[in-house]
Amino acid sequence: MIQVAAFWLFATIVIASAAMVIFARNPVHSVMWLILAFFNAAGLMLLAGAEFIAMLLVIVYVGAVAVLFLFVVMMLDIDFAELRAGFVRYLPLGALVAIILAAEMIFAVGAWSAGGVDLATRAAPVVTDKSNIQQIGELLYTRYIFLFEAAGIVLLVAMIGAIVLTHRQRGGVRIQNVSAQNQRRPEDATRLVDPGVGQGVQL
Amino acid sequence: MISVGHYLAVSAVLFTLGVLGIFINRKNIIVILMAIELILLAVNINLVAFSAALNDLVGQVFAMFVLTVAAGEAAIGLAILVIYFRGRGTIAVDDANRMKG
Repeated sequence: MIQVAAFWLFATIVIASAAMVIFARNPVHSVMWLILAFFNAAGLMLLAGAEFIAMLLVIVYVGAVAVLFLFVVMMLDIDFAELRAGFVRYLPLGALVAIILAAEMIFAVGAWSAGGVDLATRAAPVVTDKSNIQQIGELLYTRYIFLFEAAGIVLLVAMIGAIVLTHRQRGGVRIQNVSAQNQRRPEDATRLVDPGVGQGVQL
Repeated sequence: MISVGHYLAVSAVLFTLGVLGIFINRKNIIVILMAIELILLAVNINLVAFSAALNDLVGQVFAMFVLTVAAGEAAIGLAILVIYFRGRGTIAVDDANRMKG
């Protein structure tokens, strides 16, 4: 019984916070609602028995992606009122597309639960005597090893791309040049003079 | 009892909200990116629900790959947003026509 209650709790909050993400006036609030949505989606996945994906969702989405959004939203100085100008104008078209999409998906779910079409046998059946994460690891490092490495390459390219895009060389900045400092000798920098009495020194 | 249909309904509503978010926040690219994250989250819930319903782990493996691509997409999208803001001083994307695309 507690599973049913938990499902309805998580499902209600995830949908409500997703609605708040797109309707909130301030994008900072949008990010906060997004974090709440991710947490509750992780709860939904936990209920379905996918512990690893649920924890991954919390770590990757809440820990990295949402914080990245927060940084960017707060770093840029943006007039958000001006950005919301077309809100009402775009609402009818958006609502139309959303209604068509929702109707199609309800139709698809109905067709699927009426039997659907049997395409293939199970690719990797779940066995009960191993934990979820162990089974996923065994799949990832054997059958899907190339896909796993491709995912790593995707992340590497994304990281390098983000750095290359946002890095900028600023002129007029004096940074420390360690090799120039180490190559500097006393004879380059100092001069021995022997001035006569009362003559002073020309520097 | 909770069936896979309930999960599919939640994910369908999430997906629809994400698409609606793209349409009604056409100027604000930050919210558009967040709406795309919502869409990918709906896809992940779908994958996990079918994985549990069909007793097949491949759905969870692919949910992980979707997560990877979503993280990379957010990083690149926000980087493009930052350089766009640096060049134009605004992030209103409905008049982004510099490349005449």
